[in-house]
Amino acid sequence: MTTASDMLGGRSDTAAPAAIELRGISKAFGAVQANRDISLSVPRGTIHGIIGENGAGKSTLMSILYGFYKPDEGQILVGGRPISISDSQTAIRAGIGMVFQHFKLVQNFTVLENIILGVEDGALLRPSLSKARGVLKQLAAEYQLNVDPDEVVENLSVGHQQRVEILKALYRQADILILDEPTGVLTPAEADHLFRILKGLRDEGKTIILITHKLREIMEITDNVSVMRRGEMVASVRTAQTSPEQLAELMVGRKVLLNVDKQPARPQAPVLEVRGLTMVDIDGVERLRGIDLDIRAGEILGIAGVSGNGQTLLLEILGGYPGKGAKVSGAVQMNGGPVPLSGRGCGAGARRRDGVGHIPEDRQVEGLIMDFTAWENVAFGWHDAPEFNKGWLMDNVAIRRDAQAKMERFDVRPRDCHLAARNFSGGNQQKIVVAREIERNPDLLLIGQPTRGVDIGAIEFIHKQIVALRDAGKAILLVSVELDEILALSDRVAVMFDGRIMGERLPGQTTTGELGLLMAGITDTQNTPAEAGIPPETTHDLPEGRA
Amino acid sequence: MDKMPKWADVILTPLISLILAMGFSALVILAIGESPWEALKTMVQGALGSSYGWGFTLYYATNFIFTGLAVMVAYHASLFNIGGEGQAAMGGLGVALVLLYLPLPHWGLALPAAMIGAAVFGAAWAFIPAILQAKRGSHIVITTIMFNFIAAATLNYVLVNLLRPVGSMDPATARFPASTNLPSLTDMAAAIGITWGRNTPANITFLVAVLACFLIWVLIWRTRLGYQIRALGRSEPGAVYAGISPVRITVIAMLISGGLAGLMAINNVMGEAERLVLNAVEGAGFIGIAVALMGRNHPLGILLAALLFGFLYQGGGELALWTSIPRELIVVIQALVILFTGALDNMVRMPLERLFLTMKRTSRGAVK
Repeated sequence: MTTASDMLGGRSDTAAPAAIELRGISKAFGAVQANRDISLSVPRGTIHGIIGENGAGKSTLMSILYGFYKPDEGQILVGGRPISISDSQTAIRAGIGMVFQHFKLVQNFTVLENIILGVEDGALLRPSLSKARGVLKQLAAEYQLNVDPDEVVENLSVGHQQRVEILKALYRQADILILDEPTGVLTPAEADHLFRILKGLRDEGKTIILITHKLREIMEITDNVSVMRRGEMVASVRTAQTSPEQLAELMVGRKVLLNVDKQPARPQAPVLEVRGLTMVDIDGVERLRGIDLDIRAGEILGIAGVSGNGQTLLLEILGGYPGKGAKVSGAVQMNGGPVPLSGRGCGAGARRRDGVGHIPEDRQVEGLIMDFTAWENVAFGWHDAPEFNKGWLMDNVAIRRDAQAKMERFDVRPRDCHLAARNFSGGNQQKIVVAREIERNPDLLLIGQPTRGVDIGAIEFIHKQIVALRDAGKAILLVSVELDEILALSDRVAVMFDGRIMGERLPGQTTTGELGLLMAGITDTQNTPAEAGIPPETTHDLPEGRA
Repeated sequence: MDKMPKWADVILTPLISLILAMGFSALVILAIGESPWEALKTMVQGALGSSYGWGFTLYYATNFIFTGLAVMVAYHASLFNIGGEGQAAMGGLGVALVLLYLPLPHWGLALPAAMIGAAVFGAAWAFIPAILQAKRGSHIVITTIMFNFIAAATLNYVLVNLLRPVGSMDPATARFPASTNLPSLTDMAAAIGITWGRNTPANITFLVAVLACFLIWVLIWRTRLGYQIRALGRSEPGAVYAGISPVRITVIAMLISGGLAGLMAINNVMGEAERLVLNAVEGAGFIGIAVALMGRNHPLGILLAALLFGFLYQGGGELALWTSIPRELIVVIQALVILFTGALDNMVRMPLERLFLTMKRTSRGAVK
């Protein structure tokens, strides 16, 4: 890790104005005060981290900086001069560039075409393109930002697409680069490369604001860090003078357990046996290539991998709904009986009746109907259950009673089951889904990204619930792109790449480096599957706990 | 996020839209040199000022309730069924076939039989677009509107070539047997000793329509099927995750929708004309879209919106009869109401929402 204190204050003279300064920024949406009296000063040539739970107001603050929202009060100074950022064009002119979590690239344009989009010099494209080609070459050499300028964006890996976004900002002569959760979609190796790029940019005098919820990243590359909680800036400290524990406490407002407490697994009979599972999608592309898996009662099998390598499809097939037009072959057995993979008997309803619970990857699209009330969502997927029905009619009173009790037990806030799902924060939405699926006491629980976009306090709670279900002798399949989460929760880890299981490891006997290689599709020579049945060590620190 | 209070959403917004529409209509009437005030008085007097006016207003409203409910049920499955016109026309054919070819000694028997005929024919006409949408992804808007034309042409053929009584010059069926004629609201009022709405077409179907409003409310918000329809309408991937079959629910929702549109024929074909004539629907299928929009896709709202459009229809007719305002202008007024209450709904809603938010904020600020 670079010694952050060396860099504090940036390379320029400390008397020089900050690259960007916020004074008393406030912004309210209706009754919700998203930002309250926020002041922040980011010296030129530094990497400044901003962390906070979901809904703490980070994104609102950045949207204000980029001109999407107008602050109700307060002042923004860029390079010491107060400016009013009314739209993104003004922000770009002021030298602010933004790399969004979800890239804003035209998929079927080449890299060059994407770079000049919106800043073409004239009606003819050729001069702009050749100018951009020159600039790109220079930038690539300077900052290790190598991308083939003539490649079509959809053929690029996610990491490369992100580089294009950074290049776009630099091409527009951004001095201040804001990155919103940039590593969510990257492999560990890609993330490392990104950090090298960012450090290079900083050393050239650029200012970088990094928004993240990963404490490890904050500790690794930022010089200073600001913590937001409930719309307020609760602390701004030098990274070298803080610790992950302290930051977590600042974020949540109380002490947080950063590691998962769990006893060794006591696995019993296999619940799910998957043999040679293959899936060809509607376009004829083979997306799963012979998956073999076993999950026994009382253990958590974690599936690590960069998203898009078949984990989602695996969850969908096991959940009973392979995508439209997909051809699935292979054999799946649950509790000793065969599971039909297509036709009659295949369907999410049938799987639920067989004792499968499913916490889907995307709670906003699948797990919840956002316009439904919390109580309607508690019946979602289980609307056929006899206790929720009274003859022809649904027993709404019973559903509401059940919902209220679940919200009580899972501490969903606000505890109002008549509120629409979209009015809950991400963590509380997820708690509704988790409560619904776990309290059905399924024999097999499928979990996709259990804590994506969930705040630390809720992560701790959800992890505890998952471990408790395991200890109750249930089988759990956990898919997550968060390696830390996989390592902390799983009893065995399988790594998926390009529709295959690359290998299986025991979490206590592997490293993120080794898993990272597998996630990138590189099998090493000592590729022996982990011995089944050996329980792993008791407790795994989340790597961010080590810092 | 905060929202404006429910009463503002449900009552104030349509009311303001309506007032805007009336304002613009007044300008149009002024522009052709007539008095808007006189026009309004004529409309209110003609549609609501007598039991005779009410008799017509309720008759029209009954049509619009059915077609409005049809649009609503499809809407909750996020399907835009604009084929109400064709489905109602086919429903008329169903009614005619039942009443002409089944020996039904009493209206009490004829009514349920004709309702089944109307609903089955309407639903069948919606089935093909539904299955095309569910299985093949053919857009329901395109297919249902095409099916309106096919329905019109089919009815034309059937009436001219098959059902027209021998020797008749009129492309219409024979009169239905007198035993199947529905009691009018006038008859029913007379039975309890009240003289009401003589020579008006409003009939017992109005009560059926009100009952349908209640039943559809139960269906959508109280049954498992309604739950599945709403879930599919809000998120198809979510529905699939929950084990709800999009194909099945799409088809069922469209069958119910088409059946409701078909049921309109009980009112106009069985209750009023007592035979099937050409173009019996007279655009009620399209008015249903505006009624559903204005009624916020809720049966109670649809009931109220249908009454409003019934008033506009009847009042408009009176206007043409008693003033020198040309008949075409009534269509303009009706169009303005549809434009403001349906299509431009957000134009009123958004500023209103903002107003309520600022009011809330300042009042809270004052408390502090």
